[in-house]
This record gives sequence, C-alpha cells and structure tokens, in this order.
Amino acid sequence: MIRSEVLREIAPILRDHLVVCNIGLPSQELHMIDDQPSNFYMLGTMGLSSSIGLGVALAQDKTVISIDGDGSVLTNFGTLPTIANNVADNFILLIVDNGSYGSTGDQPTYAGKKTSLAAVAKACGCENVVECQDKDTGEVLQKAIDSKKMTIIVCKCDSGNIKLPVITMDPVVIRDRFMKSVQA
Amino acid sequence: MSISTKIVDDFVANGIEFVTTVPCKQLAGVIDEVEAREEIYHIPSNKEDEGMGLCAGAFMGGKRPAIIMQNTAIGVTVNTLVTLTQYYRMPLPMLISYRGELREPVACQVEMAVHTKALLNQLNIPTYHFHKESDADELDTILKYTFMCNKPVAILTDASFWGGYGDQ
Repeated sequence: MIRSEVLREIAPILRDHLVVCNIGLPSQELHMIDDQPSNFYMLGTMGLSSSIGLGVALAQDKTVISIDGDGSVLTNFGTLPTIANNVADNFILLIVDNGSYGSTGDQPTYAGKKTSLAAVAKACGCENVVECQDKDTGEVLQKAIDSKKMTIIVCKCDSGNIKLPVITMDPVVIRDRFMKSVQA
Repeated sequence: MSISTKIVDDFVANGIEFVTTVPCKQLAGVIDEVEAREEIYHIPSNKEDEGMGLCAGAFMGGKRPAIIMQNTAIGVTVNTLVTLTQYYRMPLPMLISYRGELREPVACQVEMAVHTKALLNQLNIPTYHFHKESDADELDTILKYTFMCNKPVAILTDASFWGGYGDQ
C-alpha cells in the first residue's frame, strides 16, 4: 500500500478526532479523501506536525492525531525527546514511513535504510511505540485511541504518489474551523 | 520584586499558560520563574522552530503561548515564523535575549546581533528593545497588543537590561 491508500483506509477513524496533517501530499490526499473541519492542514513548515499536535494535545482533552512522515520526523528529530518527556495521553503520532521524501520526488530517506524510527522513539523515552505494516494501520490506530495512552505508530508502507490538486483554502480559514472543532 | 518575577507576573496576568524555552545564561532567572509557576505549563524545546510549533498547537488548543529564546533563534526560525505563525495569523510573544549587544563578552554573538533587528524588520515583526529595567513597564501593554493583533511580537532584552554578565 502507498500512503494515499493507508489514508483512505483510516479516514473513517480520523474523522472523529482532531488531526494535524503533514505538509505537501499527505495534506492534499487527506483533503481530497475526507475533508473535515477538524483537520489542520499544514501548508508549509516541514517537520512540525508532531510539535503542533503535541501542543494541541497538551492544551485540551480531545484526542489529537498527528500524521507525520519519516522525512519530516528526520527534519525535526528533537521532537521525539520532547514528546517522551511531556506525556499527553490524548496524543497519537502516526508516522507514515515510506522510506522516501514523497512530496519532492521520492528521494530515499535514511529511515528507509539503516535508521529505525521506532528504535529512535524508544531510545528517546517514548513508552508506547508500535511499528506496523500498512494494512494493519487502522487496527493499530484504533487500539491506540482506545488505550488512552500516548502512542507513537510507525506505519511501514510503500513509496508512491497519486496526482492531485494543491489545497487552495485560506490558512486562516483552516485554522479557524480547526479551532471551532476544538471548542465544539 | 525581581525583574524575572515581574516579567512572569505579566505573562500570568495576560493569561499565558504555555511557555516554551530554549536556554540562555541571561534568561536563566526568568526560565526558573516560569518553571516555578503553577499557572504555566513549561515545556523546554530542543530547537526554537520546534518550540514555535508547540506554541501554534497550544494556541489552537485554547491556551495562550509564549516563547523564550536567544536572538540567534531568529536565524533558525524565519521559515516557521513566516509559514506558520504569520501565515495562519497566530499570536506569539517572543521574549528574546539580545546577545551580542553592549557588555557582550563573546565576539561571535555580535555576528548575529548585527542582523537581528534587520531580520525582524524584514519580517514585519513588531519589535521592542528593553535596555533599562524600567523599559519592562511596557511588557503588559506589549502582551495585550500581541494577543489583540494575532502576530508574533519580539521583545529584545539586552545585557544592560539584565544588569550585565556579573563576572564580566
């Protein structure tokens, strides 16, 4: 499965929760598959999906799922110790690990080579780290939500993209409707 | 009352409940004060752009944020300030240690100091410079202004403001 297929499969789970979605194709795919006001689409700022999601989770009680990529986590490695040491049991970090920088032309990442993001997360002190295969993501994600324990999921999937349009929604509209979903 | 206590009192009085910090020798007292306050969730960051991501999330989650960092961070965070904080129009008070100004003992700090105000100006970030302790009387008004206009706002605090480096 490629990332868009994983997102399509977990969309029915995501729609009931606050979602912070990574820059580029992941946001464009989620926007096309199942646009929800509770989705915060990142239009820039590679690497900060996990930081934004942790901030939202620490500030309120609803479940927050940050959808991140292996390349983006490598960009902001400092996020993992911060997450480990500031436990928010309403926070799930879902790293879609396809071993490549998908939005920029599928250049390989180190996560697709020798570096294990699950092992790094554990070494940083994250207590609930699950590595799964693409087809099992829905089940693992639902279990993590139900556990009410902060969980890092590393979903191993295939590299590959589909053609789709950019998001043209105004950033302040994205932010405003997301904040209304937080308050709802 | 110490200046650090006054600064954090103003934070609390303006409803700031979520503060991220990247350490600086000059800011040690104010960081200790943030850590000590029950009203504030203190979350140290490993890098300032990470901290700005945390602050963006906290703001959307309903808490007023602030970041405490050195001016060297302006070099690290231009993209985040522009594509996250400003693009989505979010408030962010930035209490900044203005290293490399008068009384600075470390020459390399001056290299970033000479670019600090120019960069902030280029980014259209409202900037205030605290040089004497009485300049902090304006902090309360600056914080109110920040949350009124939903912009990142820089408060540069130099070595003279903090009373020098002690042993220097």
